[in-house]
Amino acid sequence: MARRVGMEVSIAAAETVALLDVDVVAAYPITPQTHIVEHLSELVADGQLDAEFVPVESEHSAMSVCVGAAAAGARTFTSTSSQGYALMVEICYIASSLRLPIVMALANRSMSAPISIWNDHADMMLARDTGWIQTVAENGQEVVDLIMHAYRVAEDHRVLLPVIVNLDGFILTHMIEPIQLPTKEEVQAYVPPYKPLLRLDPDNPVTIGPVGVPEVYTEAKKAQDEAIKNAKPVILEAWDEFEKIFGRKYKPIETYKAEDAEIILVTVGSISETAMRAVDRMRAHGKRVGLARIRLFRPFPVEEFVDAVRGAKLIGVVERALGFNGYTGPLCAELKSVLFDNGLNPYVWNFIAGLGGRDVTVEDFEEMAECLEVKANKNEPMGYEIVNARE
Amino acid sequence: MGAAAEALKDFKGFSMKNLPREEPLSPGHRACQGCAEILSLRLALKAIGKNVIVASATGCMEIVTTPYPQTAWRVPWIHVAFENAAAVISGVEAAYKAMTRKGKMEKKDVVFVAYGGDGGTADIGLQALSGALERGHNFVYLCLDNEAYMNTGIQRSSATPYGAMTTTSPPGKKSIGQATWKKNVPAIAAAHDIPYVATASPAYPIDLMNKAKKASLVPGPAYVHIFCACPTGWRHDSSIAIEVARMAVATNVFPLYEVIDGQWKLSRKNPKPKPVKEYLKLQRRFRHLTDAEIAKIQQRVNKEWKTLLARCGELEELEKFGEIEQNL
Ligand SMILES: Cc1ncc(C[n+]2csc(CCOP(=O)(O)OP(=O)(O)O)c2C)c(N)n1
Ligand code: SF4
Ligand SMILES: [Mg+2]
Repeated sequence: MARRVGMEVSIAAAETVALLDVDVVAAYPITPQTHIVEHLSELVADGQLDAEFVPVESEHSAMSVCVGAAAAGARTFTSTSSQGYALMVEICYIASSLRLPIVMALANRSMSAPISIWNDHADMMLARDTGWIQTVAENGQEVVDLIMHAYRVAEDHRVLLPVIVNLDGFILTHMIEPIQLPTKEEVQAYVPPYKPLLRLDPDNPVTIGPVGVPEVYTEAKKAQDEAIKNAKPVILEAWDEFEKIFGRKYKPIETYKAEDAEIILVTVGSISETAMRAVDRMRAHGKRVGLARIRLFRPFPVEEFVDAVRGAKLIGVVERALGFNGYTGPLCAELKSVLFDNGLNPYVWNFIAGLGGRDVTVEDFEEMAECLEVKANKNEPMGYEIVNARE
Repeated sequence: MGAAAEALKDFKGFSMKNLPREEPLSPGHRACQGCAEILSLRLALKAIGKNVIVASATGCMEIVTTPYPQTAWRVPWIHVAFENAAAVISGVEAAYKAMTRKGKMEKKDVVFVAYGGDGGTADIGLQALSGALERGHNFVYLCLDNEAYMNTGIQRSSATPYGAMTTTSPPGKKSIGQATWKKNVPAIAAAHDIPYVATASPAYPIDLMNKAKKASLVPGPAYVHIFCACPTGWRHDSSIAIEVARMAVATNVFPLYEVIDGQWKLSRKNPKPKPVKEYLKLQRRFRHLTDAEIAKIQQRVNKEWKTLLARCGELEELEKFGEIEQNL
């Protein structure tokens, strides 16, 4: 039986990785990810996890070590945040292109400058186009569950792609929460041992990472594009299996009181829990507000999103990153294109909130919903604003 | 006896009679005619044998051996990026260590090799290399030094020698070409206190093969820095690459030595060194140099040779060199 424990989320993440019997961990310290890898190195030092912990000299090398190890057939793990992610991103593109099932916990943090160790989603957006599968946790239990799910999906021969599990820095990483920690048997029942299709082995030589001449590059990229599209049913299937074993249910777009909602707020990550409180309060005042929370970010669950927001006249996209394109945030731009493709034409306003660790409160969500109504009533041209910013 | 010396005590060395027949790197690749870089890589791998996994940095040797769907590699080979071959091989080695220990893989005697050009080693890859050497992974690093970024069209690196013409150190009214002295990467590798460091040259193929083999036999990290004449970048005829390489040793421009368990050991004494001019004049990358500049280079080469002799404890040689130095 699973153990119910009160545990810091980072520690729980590391314990989960250990239960998964990873072979190689390579990581470099950066706040707010540090507790995850500190605890993993403790587990290795105490002999509770039989793995090579490679204390690399940079995140660039962390990802490079994971690539080498995964190509040799090992189960690998790394974790980082913001600047560290930016430093490794060159190799992240290569990890997905080489179809290596590496799993990373990305403890979301803002990007410099100014340097800020606090939480937003700039790093998640930096990972957006790298070809990794990305899921997002809203609380500690989900971090544990999504890490298990990540390995199950990544190593499936129908997928063979790396996975990022996003968890908000500090708000999740440093929080002590009640968590159901699975047993080794449960984990093993859910995630079978990794069997690589190809690996670096002198008895069966392969050339990995050759030059892609123009005659083949397009086809190589097309194959990779197919791979991430084909990953979606496997991701869903793995969540169904998860529910059977653990009883907890996950969906690519999670909704909250959205069925009859006229106004839908879209959220990503831990602020969703605050947003749910706000929805309850607004509902108590008779406002038909609901939520659509993005659980699966890559590949993007188009149908599920469209189903979730189909009935809404007003949509407020609350996101924790800027796009610097002069017209909208990166997530909102994408959602608008999904709406357009599917013939939906609601009024959409983009709220950029919670940058660099600024709290987004229940009252903030109430104000956003209000503001959305006012703008729609005035028929203001759709656009974005950075909420709660001083002049 | 140090760990490296202990591991090497039964190694008899190669000779013309017992050269391995296997060719882990096969013919049919696309290197330029007369390329000493591909020759060096081939010889090193011949010596190490086929129980090997190779990680390549981006550069000439990556490009010319693997234009998909062709590959010149008969052994497992991986290329990831320009600056991280040492980190990639660290991961491969760590994976083998963990998985054989855990019984997920049968135990095999595999040699882990990473290689990079001078750019991939002395410049952009220096950090990853230093990290891998310091962490003590059991691997061989081959630096294939052709003294510039050849793959991208002959740009200078920190291993480009003083005075050389490259496309980013062009000589001009206000420039003599490369304005800095060659970075001493073997000494940097040796400063990590690893079991084995050596310099090698394809002009001395048996010595090169012995050094590559020794690097694979010692426990822990080993670094071999190979001088790779490049007709395309150095602007010499493709038929004289080996002559150029031999002249680099004869003039003390590129001396051959080993550092075993921290002990520096000269591979070839050079009682009658030739003037550096003999080496420089073979290559058009140096043709703009005036006698005054050549004298400056000679002085620097002399100084470095004396430092090396002292490090190797060759005090007699040092004394003899002192007597002839001014004639060079
Ligand atoms: C991060 C990055 N920067 C730059 C390049 C472009 N690049 C590819 S190979 C190369 C030069 C390689 O020079 P060197 O390492 O000396 O190898 P050589 O081709 O001379 O054998 C450069 C600059 C790259 N591929 N990646
Ligand atoms: S450019 Fe130089 S190093 Fe590159 S393949 Fe040609 S000769 Fe060899
Ligand atoms: Mg070079």
